[in-house]
Amino acid sequence: MPSQSNATPMLQMKGITKRFPGVLASDHVDFDVRAGEVHTLLGENGAGKSTLMKILYGLYQQDEGEIFLHGKPVKLTSPANAIAHGIGMIHQHFMLVPTLTVAENVSLGLKSSRGVLSDLKNVSKRITELSKAFGLHVYPDEYVWQLSVGERQRVEIIKALYRDASILILDEPTAVLTPSEVDDIFVIFRKLADDGRGLVFISHKLKEVLDLSDRITVLRHGKVTGYTTPAQSDRHDLAHLMVGRAVKLAPDKEYVETGESLLSIKDLYVTGDRGRQAVQGLSLEVKSGEILGIAGISGNGQRELAEAIAGLRTPQSGKITIAHHDTTFSKPGEIREVGLSYVPEERMKDGAVGEFDVKENMILLNHNKAPFCKNGFLNFRHIRQHSEELVKEYAVKTPSIDSTTKNLSGGNIQKLIMARELSANPKVLLASQPTRGVDIGAAEYIHERISQQRQRGTASVVISEDLDEVMALSDRIAVMFDGKIMGIVAQKDATRESIGLMMTGEQQQESVA
Amino acid sequence: MSDSFAVMIIVATIASGIRLATPFLLASLGEALGQRSGVLNLGVDGVMLLGAFGAYYTVLQSNNLYYGLLVGIAIGLLIGVFYAFITLNLQAEQGVSGIGIYLFGLGMSDLLFQKFVGTPRPILPFMPLDIPVLSGLPVVGEMLFQHSIIVYIAFGLVPVMSFVLYRTTYGLNIRAIGENPEAADSLGVSVMATRYSAIIIGNGLAGLAGAALAIELGIFQQNLTNAMGFIAIALVYFGAWSPKGVMIGSLVFGLVQAIVLQCKTFGVIPRSASDLAAMAPAIITILALVVVAKRFKQPSALTKPYVRGG
Repeated sequence: MPSQSNATPMLQMKGITKRFPGVLASDHVDFDVRAGEVHTLLGENGAGKSTLMKILYGLYQQDEGEIFLHGKPVKLTSPANAIAHGIGMIHQHFMLVPTLTVAENVSLGLKSSRGVLSDLKNVSKRITELSKAFGLHVYPDEYVWQLSVGERQRVEIIKALYRDASILILDEPTAVLTPSEVDDIFVIFRKLADDGRGLVFISHKLKEVLDLSDRITVLRHGKVTGYTTPAQSDRHDLAHLMVGRAVKLAPDKEYVETGESLLSIKDLYVTGDRGRQAVQGLSLEVKSGEILGIAGISGNGQRELAEAIAGLRTPQSGKITIAHHDTTFSKPGEIREVGLSYVPEERMKDGAVGEFDVKENMILLNHNKAPFCKNGFLNFRHIRQHSEELVKEYAVKTPSIDSTTKNLSGGNIQKLIMARELSANPKVLLASQPTRGVDIGAAEYIHERISQQRQRGTASVVISEDLDEVMALSDRIAVMFDGKIMGIVAQKDATRESIGLMMTGEQQQESVA
Repeated sequence: MSDSFAVMIIVATIASGIRLATPFLLASLGEALGQRSGVLNLGVDGVMLLGAFGAYYTVLQSNNLYYGLLVGIAIGLLIGVFYAFITLNLQAEQGVSGIGIYLFGLGMSDLLFQKFVGTPRPILPFMPLDIPVLSGLPVVGEMLFQHSIIVYIAFGLVPVMSFVLYRTTYGLNIRAIGENPEAADSLGVSVMATRYSAIIIGNGLAGLAGAALAIELGIFQQNLTNAMGFIAIALVYFGAWSPKGVMIGSLVFGLVQAIVLQCKTFGVIPRSASDLAAMAPAIITILALVVVAKRFKQPSALTKPYVRGG
């Protein structure tokens, strides 16, 4: 039992077990939260963090185990029930209605003091009070669609506070924030804890966990693998507990002489989905043997840039050269012929066909070429052989090459895509969010593979929201904001602070690159 | 002399436009309510037909127009319960199940008519109800205040529905659920109950629209509505899901119809082109839709069934 202090914790979860068909999602987990502390639940996707918190929030019911609030056993049967018990949840995907105002969002589901009529005036007043008390800068009359991601999150916090939540569950609250927004929100979290609330922080970002937590509980495969504190452990210890073995947090990088320029983009303009200028006069150069990381918050034109390079979106103007060929207006197939491999951001939408089996996805690029295809007929002997080799080489965990792809884990689907793309021996590799939603073990492997491309003389571009990933992988780091490059720095000169500033639109002081 | 004649014609045209707009307004208010909660109902026309027959038959039997209206509403509510069950509990594809309701209404109303009535017998419509004082006003009085009670009910529902949608907690729940049902659910608002109520009330209004039509025309026949229900759905998009917008759309549509009728009466449109002219309201609606509807976003959760944790 972890609780050593003599004061009764606000929340105790004892022996919580939850089974889903074929999976033990939560296996006799003990967890508690005391007033005034931030207790982190750390674990990979599928480790059982969300299951545990969904049980606490009344979305699931546990099969075994008990929940105590202030020492008394409770049954939490629905979110409304959990809210009534003073439990609030800041969801990872914001639970807000964009077309309504802040006040309307907050008042949703609450009893109105005016009966069937809504009483937005009173709600607005209280929102303003709460906002002032905790420095949240939330204004009741603004429409949610007008707010930035950071502001929306603070509306979520207000929503919980308005309902007098004494226990706050923070589900991956930093996933969509810029580094400076993260700093700001951590100050607020600390304030909420100091005010006597208990906070549950769910995360897999090791640095943030060490920064914010008072205590840490690590989960793997539904089981608790360790209780610790930031004073007792560092990032490597935490990663070890999460994965069950020592993990390299950054790939080894040998010095590689860079060669000729293989990807060059000049003054590129690309229109986005809603007719907006998504990429505005962007220029880049990537040399053989180097990795250029593109950092930035999603939605600043990264997706449109990647699609333009891959030929999936026609640029307005500018010039893209891949391996000395002008591919600005080429078709995706032609661009691949020239030597581009593309690992798209949405792996299940653009990267692989979920309904296909593993071997079919493996040959998706070359299915119409020898030896996989002869006179329009597929040659399954070659296809099987090729797929078996790649599955082995890239350590794709799958029951067989005949398994349906969508049943694999995110990490293994990503490895499959990497296998297909890298086996094409690219001259230019474009990887978008290569490890988003992928477990640490697979991420480590994917990083290793991308890093190896340097020795092969590939020019690689890695677009990622994950600043740690960009910093670990890249030789040079470009920061994208509002369709433009704010600055490019060499990896050794990059600091989180300088890059964080550029991510919010600050132009780089002096150009080094 | 000719001036006052022109005024008379204009007044008559506008009054007739308002009358013609009424069934559209009732049906599209109902459809707007359902869509605001995130449920598309393509079966409006079928519900209208059944409501129309129910009202017509009741009036034939009872000679009471109000009973007719009530039966029309009741039939709509009943179909509403059924439609809510198949879309919410069984999670049927809304684009298809509504068409089923339409075809059912189309066939069933005709079958019942053949079986129980056979040869059409007219019923007497509502007498115009003159609003005291106001109806005596020159021009405006005849235009706005000498209508049957259904017209007042329909236009009276516009502010009522606006108030419910924008000033009550129930309205807030509907608007939230049509956009982001997860958010509403996470705060303890019942998505199921709210959608059920919106669909049932919406279908009740469609039933009333059918009843209003049959009573206004004083007759029932096969396919009486002639796809008016589908126009009503289009008007919801035209009106950007707001009661006021839906009212404006219905009025535009009714007025164009009235003008076309008036032109025919006066021989402005040659007989040979009268079928073409009959298409005018539909064409104008489509053009207006293309121009107007693009600017507004439909409720995000429209046609999407809600499953907790799904």
